[in-house]
Amino acid sequence: MQAYLRSIDRPILVACGFVILILAAGTAYTAVTQGTATFLSPTYLLQQLKVASFLGVVAAGMMLVILMGHIDLSVPWTVAASAMLATAVGGPEAIPVGLAIGALVGLFNGLGVAFLRVPSMIFTLGVNTVLRGLMVMLTGGFSPTTMATPPMQFLAKAELLGIPMAVFVWALLSLGIVFLLTRTPMGRYIYAIGNKEAAAYLSGVNTRLVILGAFTLCGLCSALAGILLSGYSSKAYQAMGDPYLLPAIAAVVIGGTNILGGQGRYAGTVVGTILIVLLQSVLSVMQMPEAGRQIIYGLVIILMLVLYGRGGRSAA
Amino acid sequence: MTTLLRMSRQGGLLLAIALFVLFYGLYSYQHPRGGSADLIVQNANETFTLALVAMAQTVPVLLGGLDLSVGPLMTMVNCLASHLLTGSGWDLAFGIVLCLCAGLLAGFINGALVVYGRIQPIIATLATGAVLIGIALFLRPTPGGAVDSDLSWAATNTLFDVADTYGWWGGDLPGWFQAIQAIPVPIILIVLVVLLVWVPFKNSVTGRGCYAIGSSEQAAFMSGVAIDRSKLAAFTLAGLFAAIAGIYLALQTGSGNADMPMAGGYTLNSIAAVVIGGTSLFGGSGGAVASIIGVMVLRAISFCFRVVPEDSIVGFLANPLLQPLFEGIILLAAVSLGAARVFTVKNRLQLFG
Repeated sequence: MQAYLRSIDRPILVACGFVILILAAGTAYTAVTQGTATFLSPTYLLQQLKVASFLGVVAAGMMLVILMGHIDLSVPWTVAASAMLATAVGGPEAIPVGLAIGALVGLFNGLGVAFLRVPSMIFTLGVNTVLRGLMVMLTGGFSPTTMATPPMQFLAKAELLGIPMAVFVWALLSLGIVFLLTRTPMGRYIYAIGNKEAAAYLSGVNTRLVILGAFTLCGLCSALAGILLSGYSSKAYQAMGDPYLLPAIAAVVIGGTNILGGQGRYAGTVVGTILIVLLQSVLSVMQMPEAGRQIIYGLVIILMLVLYGRGGRSAA
Repeated sequence: MTTLLRMSRQGGLLLAIALFVLFYGLYSYQHPRGGSADLIVQNANETFTLALVAMAQTVPVLLGGLDLSVGPLMTMVNCLASHLLTGSGWDLAFGIVLCLCAGLLAGFINGALVVYGRIQPIIATLATGAVLIGIALFLRPTPGGAVDSDLSWAATNTLFDVADTYGWWGGDLPGWFQAIQAIPVPIILIVLVVLLVWVPFKNSVTGRGCYAIGSSEQAAFMSGVAIDRSKLAAFTLAGLFAAIAGIYLALQTGSGNADMPMAGGYTLNSIAAVVIGGTSLFGGSGGAVASIIGVMVLRAISFCFRVVPEDSIVGFLANPLLQPLFEGIILLAAVSLGAARVFTVKNRLQLFG
């Protein structure tokens, strides 16, 4: 039992260790240079949680797809498209329209992957390009001038009891995902498909429907992230989702989810998200140039994965 | 019968060739200087870098993996080359060798992470890609650099310009050379890379091992294929191809540019080209030459949009704002073509293979 627990929790423990290490290194740096412990102040940590909630929402959806052994590369322009169309529609319909766009894109991805059986990596990549093309066509390649509606800004910027609203949104979504993954048949089917889709199919699971559902949820999460992001910056802009794709995948994998699917816990994704956001923030406070930031970012991912020692020899 | 069988297996590749002939034919027909040597040189230059990056992508894909670091590696070598490709003949030769070695080393590290670190290729190369972009930014914080202009001119024009630039035969070209002098250098370079690097690799024990691993790693292991060696070799070879692409981009643009979106674009386009060429993303079938054809299809399509007559019924295609949309739709349509299989299988279990 103990060995079982350890094997499951090891990535999460290592990731938590890294979070503490990053905070310690950052604090040591500010203590030496400015004589303060900025990184341990509640304001700073809450601010980071707020920034993390955008990535966390994307990573939550991405995790559902990765657990099935698939991937969604259409996230960047799903985020941008739902944000742009939501701000363009405006009024009380803004948020529902944004979410509907995300669900629609996810549904389309799911149709391609589950029914046409195109490899998800290449199909979602194509969908991403089409979405970018559509948005360029609609906006003429410029940032839309429309503003985010007050409810969108409220979700992203407001505070409740001193805690940013965005963190509540992330927490609620997380509860929903945990419930889905651990307490519903759909969650079990997602893991089963990740382990072996043929086996899941033979056990009577309608695997195509599950894949369709998971991709739709991933699209919804991307749309939610787009709405939060445009609320945060008050408007939508071109390529606003681009910086979220690779960090989201990295957050999921650092959290111990197997990229081939079938294995991983949601808590790991949350820790992975926080780790990546803190790493980026601490490096920028240390005034590390972009070059150094990229190098350290890559090295940390490699180091952590080597520490996990997962991924047997048989997996190509 | 066997020919027919082989052709049906190469269906993806044949389709790609047909698409290329169709689109490039349309382009040449519409273009005022269609078929002229200048235009072909220009098109070959625009194709070369992506073709090499797609070749680099092909080798890990044959294993059933994916290399997300080909674009960043190409960019890193591009920045390195913008520092090294100056000076006398020996300096240039040394610089090129150094750039190639950098590519080989980066590819080897990818392979080592996959083989010894036991990290999934897609994640390992995602991380090394970030590191490589970091190194590229370190080498070239802002775009720039000085590349030897003679070499740059010679590498991006026809054979005649090479002889002209370096004064071969004192300007008195022999007859056999005049017969081939109109061939663009990039085409010769890519044929050389295929004949001297890819074909020997593909036919070697290690190269065939890569195909075997892609088909079934377990079966390959049972048959005594040196799995580790094949994987290391595959990623190292990918590094070499990406390095050649980087050097060529430096020669073509005369500078180095650590452009992150460009690196990502090359990686994604390389995957698209590999798929259009008919190489299976699950590994085991396909090849680098097919990927070159995939790149030619992609490029021919984008060339076509340049020459659409604006006053015809398809004039709306010429709208530059619509180009990204059409590129996406074509990519999506191309990859969905493989879906035909779904409607022919009798037992749905076969779909999960």
